[in-house]
Amino acid sequence: MPPPLLELAAAVKRYGNGEGVGPLDLEVAAGEAVALIGPSGGGKSTLLRLLLGLLAPDAGEVRLGGAPLADDPAVRRRFGYVVQGGGLFPHLTAAGNAALVARHLGWDRGRIAGRLEELAGLTRFPRDGLARFPAELSGGQAQRVSLMRALFLDPEVLLLDEPLGALDPITRAELQDDLRRAFRELGKTVVLVTHDLAEAAYLARRLVVLRGGRVLQDGTLRELVEAPSDPFVSRFVRAHRALGLPGEGA
Amino acid sequence: MTAALLALALAAGPAPVRVGSKEFTESEILGALATQVLVTGGVPAEHRRALGGTRILWEALRRGDVDVYPDYTGTLAEEILGGAVAPDERALRAALRPLGVGITGSLGFEDTYALAMRRTDAERLGIRRISELVRHRGLRFGFTNEFMDRKDGWPALRARYRLPQRRVRGMAHDLAYAALAAGELDVIDVYSTDAELRRHHLTLLEDDRRAFPPYRAVYVYRLDLDPTALAALRRLEGRIGAPAMIDLNARVLLDRASPEAVAGGFLRAALGLAPEVRVEGRRERILARTREHLALVGTALAGAIAVGVPLGVLAARRRRLGRVVLGVVGLVQTIPSLALLVFMIPLVGIGAGPSIAALFLYGLLPIVRNTHAGLTGIPPELADSARAIGLPPGARLRLVELPLAAPAILAGVKTSAVIAVGTATLGALAGAGGYGQPILAGIRLASIPLILEGAIPAAALALAVEAAFDALEPVLVPRGLRRGPPAPPGGSRART
Repeated sequence: MPPPLLELAAAVKRYGNGEGVGPLDLEVAAGEAVALIGPSGGGKSTLLRLLLGLLAPDAGEVRLGGAPLADDPAVRRRFGYVVQGGGLFPHLTAAGNAALVARHLGWDRGRIAGRLEELAGLTRFPRDGLARFPAELSGGQAQRVSLMRALFLDPEVLLLDEPLGALDPITRAELQDDLRRAFRELGKTVVLVTHDLAEAAYLARRLVVLRGGRVLQDGTLRELVEAPSDPFVSRFVRAHRALGLPGEGA
Repeated sequence: MTAALLALALAAGPAPVRVGSKEFTESEILGALATQVLVTGGVPAEHRRALGGTRILWEALRRGDVDVYPDYTGTLAEEILGGAVAPDERALRAALRPLGVGITGSLGFEDTYALAMRRTDAERLGIRRISELVRHRGLRFGFTNEFMDRKDGWPALRARYRLPQRRVRGMAHDLAYAALAAGELDVIDVYSTDAELRRHHLTLLEDDRRAFPPYRAVYVYRLDLDPTALAALRRLEGRIGAPAMIDLNARVLLDRASPEAVAGGFLRAALGLAPEVRVEGRRERILARTREHLALVGTALAGAIAVGVPLGVLAARRRRLGRVVLGVVGLVQTIPSLALLVFMIPLVGIGAGPSIAALFLYGLLPIVRNTHAGLTGIPPELADSARAIGLPPGARLRLVELPLAAPAILAGVKTSAVIAVGTATLGALAGAGGYGQPILAGIRLASIPLILEGAIPAAALALAVEAAFDALEPVLVPRGLRRGPPAPPGGSRART
């Protein structure tokens, strides 16, 4: 059996104020979509940053394809990362943002233009928006650019940190549809952070509930609903069901 | 590089003899006289005028920044040789030779301390010699502060003549003349070639007990000076008497002629030479000063950018080192600009060097601080994004961090530039030229028009520099970062 593509083995990360995560164990197989959910401060973003190598664990290990993760720009290019809040560079146009790394790597203009065309179609980003600066884009458009940037080099893994955090409900629903379609079309390994159970269940089959830096439960939505491993999990699930939760997704 | 400079030096022919002068009128006139007598004698020469005080000129001569400058035997004996040598020419020559320095014979006059009274009073009281002051203990004395303090000044005079006067006041030289003329003082100290002696009706009292050391004017030169040049210079030995020097000083100080023109007139009348005196018109002068000023500011600013931006980057990357760097450049800023300039002279000589060095050091702080602030002020999610998308550190700096910090860095450069334009006026103190030259000369000559000739262009240049940076901002700051409403989407340019 091949090793999991992503792997945390007893990984621990502590911050100066005593908060942090771990020890955490998590395996993500190639092609799998996983949503990390839980309350704010539960360690979701930290876990994502450990997976990407932006943070080094204090103890334990992070592995990519069975090998310890190196702090190396080339390794990071195997990931696509959508930062919380989008993280678009205000001095570059939408196209400039999306193609920044490709330009650095020396792609020629034609190849970049082709890839931009392709990704604008995939993310349903308007072509005439490519020349605009982030300040001139709507929130939903900015998120689509952020996704284009993450996908530009066709990475193996897509990491998304609250990709739809600050959007209005309609735009958010639209983008959820587009993300789900993109994940299916591309068949990539996806790790997604959200605090919204409905969104998590819509975009990923496997849900990982994090609280206080530990994994409380790891399973499908049905498992979370029917066999909560912890009183908090049932409280977390009930809080969403009260809002008229749709059925189990994907 | 070296080869190119060497080729340039050879192509330019023999280097001109550089004549220095101190920053007072008589020295400038003597500098102009030397320069013109050399040029008419077929020796290329240039006058680096009003470079500073005795120390600066002496160091410049020793370093070879100037080849000749006018000085006085008493000054050489006291200030340069520490009083160990008698102030006569033979003793001085013997003492200076091991230092690689020679002096000409006396030019024909002394510029020494002297006491002066209104002629009417002197005649009424029958006073012609300093020793005769002893009998008039009620006379009111007014001396320059320097004269009061110098050991060869008032203390020596009082001891030598046993002068009993108690009413002795210290004051500025110019005020002393006015006070004497107004009858508020009876005796003041003067220099024996002061221009004012021509205007006021004054009697110089004879130093009958030789309390003051002789201050005979001579040219001081490097012993490696070309013999032809030395021969030309020596044509001035014994040719300038005290009345002639008083007159030359008065023509510059009172009649507002330029030292060059006055020197040229003297050489025509006294030596029958016909020096070509190129008197610059005001327009020409301002243009020349502008070129010098811009060269000072431009060179210093380019250096400050080239060093300041990397230092700012370093300070932002290494937090502890950053505190040290910011502390040090901040400390430099607290040194008064004049002091900084003076510190630089022993290190880099005279001329534009020390000014550029001082302006460079001054210019660092705003650039380093703003680069640091611009980089550390980048929102963490943007810094994170740049790392997360897999840009290596160098590319992050070039493609993301520096562009994001560009508005702050540009503001720092602008601050540096404006400070440099103002501070560069001090460069004239060390012979760098620029707008400070007319300002300093104007202060010395109490000429408001001359002061304005430097001050107005300096202010205008500061404003122009600011306007230029404002005009540059749209070019250097990425469009997405500019203030104001975003342009309509149709007008924007794609980057790929």
